[in-house]
Amino acid sequence: MSYVLLRHRDIPDINTLNVYKKNGGFEAFKKVVTKMKPGEVTDTVKASGLRGRGGAGFPTGVKWSFIDNKIWPHYVVANADESEPGTFKDREIMESNPFQFLEGVAIASYAVGANAAYVYLRGEFWQVAKFLDEKIAEMEEAGYLGEKLFGTDYSLHIYTHLGAGAYICGEETAMLESIEGKRGMPRIRPPFPAVYGLYGKPTVVNNVETLTNLPMILANGADWYKNMGTPDSAGVKVFSLSGRIRKPGNYELPFGTTFRQLIYEHGGGVLDGRPVKAIMPAGASSSFIVADEKVLDMQMDYATVRTLGADLGSASVIVIDDTVSIDWIINKTIHFFKHESCGKCTPCREGTYWMMHLIEDIRDDKHSTANVDLLLNVARQMQNKCLCPLGEFSTMAVVTGIERFPQDFKESNKQVLTEPA
Amino acid sequence: MSLAKKYPKEVKQILAKYPPEHKRSAVMPLLYLAQREGGYITKEAMQDIADTLEISVTDVGAVVGFYTLYHDKKEGKYRMQVCTDLPCALRGADQFMETLCANLGIKVGETTPDGLITLEAVTCLAACDKAPMFQIQSAEGIEYHEDMTVDKTMELIETLKKANVEVK
Repeated sequence: MSYVLLRHRDIPDINTLNVYKKNGGFEAFKKVVTKMKPGEVTDTVKASGLRGRGGAGFPTGVKWSFIDNKIWPHYVVANADESEPGTFKDREIMESNPFQFLEGVAIASYAVGANAAYVYLRGEFWQVAKFLDEKIAEMEEAGYLGEKLFGTDYSLHIYTHLGAGAYICGEETAMLESIEGKRGMPRIRPPFPAVYGLYGKPTVVNNVETLTNLPMILANGADWYKNMGTPDSAGVKVFSLSGRIRKPGNYELPFGTTFRQLIYEHGGGVLDGRPVKAIMPAGASSSFIVADEKVLDMQMDYATVRTLGADLGSASVIVIDDTVSIDWIINKTIHFFKHESCGKCTPCREGTYWMMHLIEDIRDDKHSTANVDLLLNVARQMQNKCLCPLGEFSTMAVVTGIERFPQDFKESNKQVLTEPA
Repeated sequence: MSLAKKYPKEVKQILAKYPPEHKRSAVMPLLYLAQREGGYITKEAMQDIADTLEISVTDVGAVVGFYTLYHDKKEGKYRMQVCTDLPCALRGADQFMETLCANLGIKVGETTPDGLITLEAVTCLAACDKAPMFQIQSAEGIEYHEDMTVDKTMELIETLKKANVEVK
């Protein structure tokens, strides 16, 4: 099967305008602008079954249809903040197949009637932003961006905006605050961005991978896309595979691929041939999946992963082998969320702070039942009380780690991480 | 000298990205521009940006304080920011960092005596498949270094040292 998103692996130099054009580039965008009404584009995307690839998995076309047509102007924001530990797919797409991503931004913009779109990149993607700026300039030069496109009245400009090191800006309302020149702190929702978004105007925020699907869906049709994957999770997904794995990397595969296929066929198996102990399918925000032979044969799609007590999220699959203790893992995830908590809401700001002190005590050879119970208690108290998903995410590994791997939190646990060979 | 005088073309380009009635949006790119001077942002630069965007200097300072890639103090010329987050740590990033500290004779957060390198531990940089890795932030921008070893890193530091002696 040929690639849908990572097409640079099939087609050399697709990051140059000419090669992209020769391979059907911008034809989908031209077709929608000259031959389709915005509503028809939205309907096609709805029919394709495409769901948001940033982690929430919300149907993309449905998200677009919430846009308020009584308030103007509209904006599109591409979420290129990619900061979830374990996720590194959007960077590869933007660096290697930039025009397909930008064409996707353009198609989404036309569908929701936006004349301006912002690509919000995490600050560390400084070089990627420079690269995209060049590509945007080439598209303007070639007449794919700018005023009165393809002889119609439709105009579009795309701009990059660099963040500056804050995981929270991947949350869509924090991202909008950041573009507005403020600290990246989430807004209270509702109102949702589709009604009150950038500069208080209706705004669609979509992930890079989501947007990169669009040119292929519009070129090949909704049915073509829907026929890949599973009924619940249509299409293909870029799985970022990392952790204790022989061949970490991005793997574009249809939804419904099993964990075993990803880890063993594509990832070459676990380091040193060890068994898989646990899987974190959605990066640091994951619940732990206890791995066994049966679980390894389960399909990776939104619905099936949920039956395992976890979420597929952005499909950043972190593989954990039996040399790693789960208390060590949650020490890492808690420190991450403590560092990234924006401080706006109390449960998250205080909760991550206390979880950090408790896990440090536990790791400091004080695996006392009282400490572990208190840690679990604090995490549970945070749940359903935080302003945005970050606070909730910080508790997932803690709660499921203690519940599903109780032996790793016993005082007798003296396991230390060994360096992979 | 104000940013508008020093970088007239860049300031104009930055402001053109946002609706004129929302020029506050330009605060982040302007801060990056200000940081080109010595790798940190001075009080004067914050005031200058506040004046340009017609916002208070407190609003500018709040942005500087919130985001980790803005700095208000002079540190090493190169900030070596090693990812020690979960996926990298599963591939030996903590040991990599420890050895690097020992070789440089400094702790995490400290700067080498020659003022060249500040060593920092940072959260995920979206390069989990290429650990150990770090980025170098300097006045010129940010550069990724992936699939690194301690030996390769020490070579890189030597190259940076030599280049800086020549400049001096």
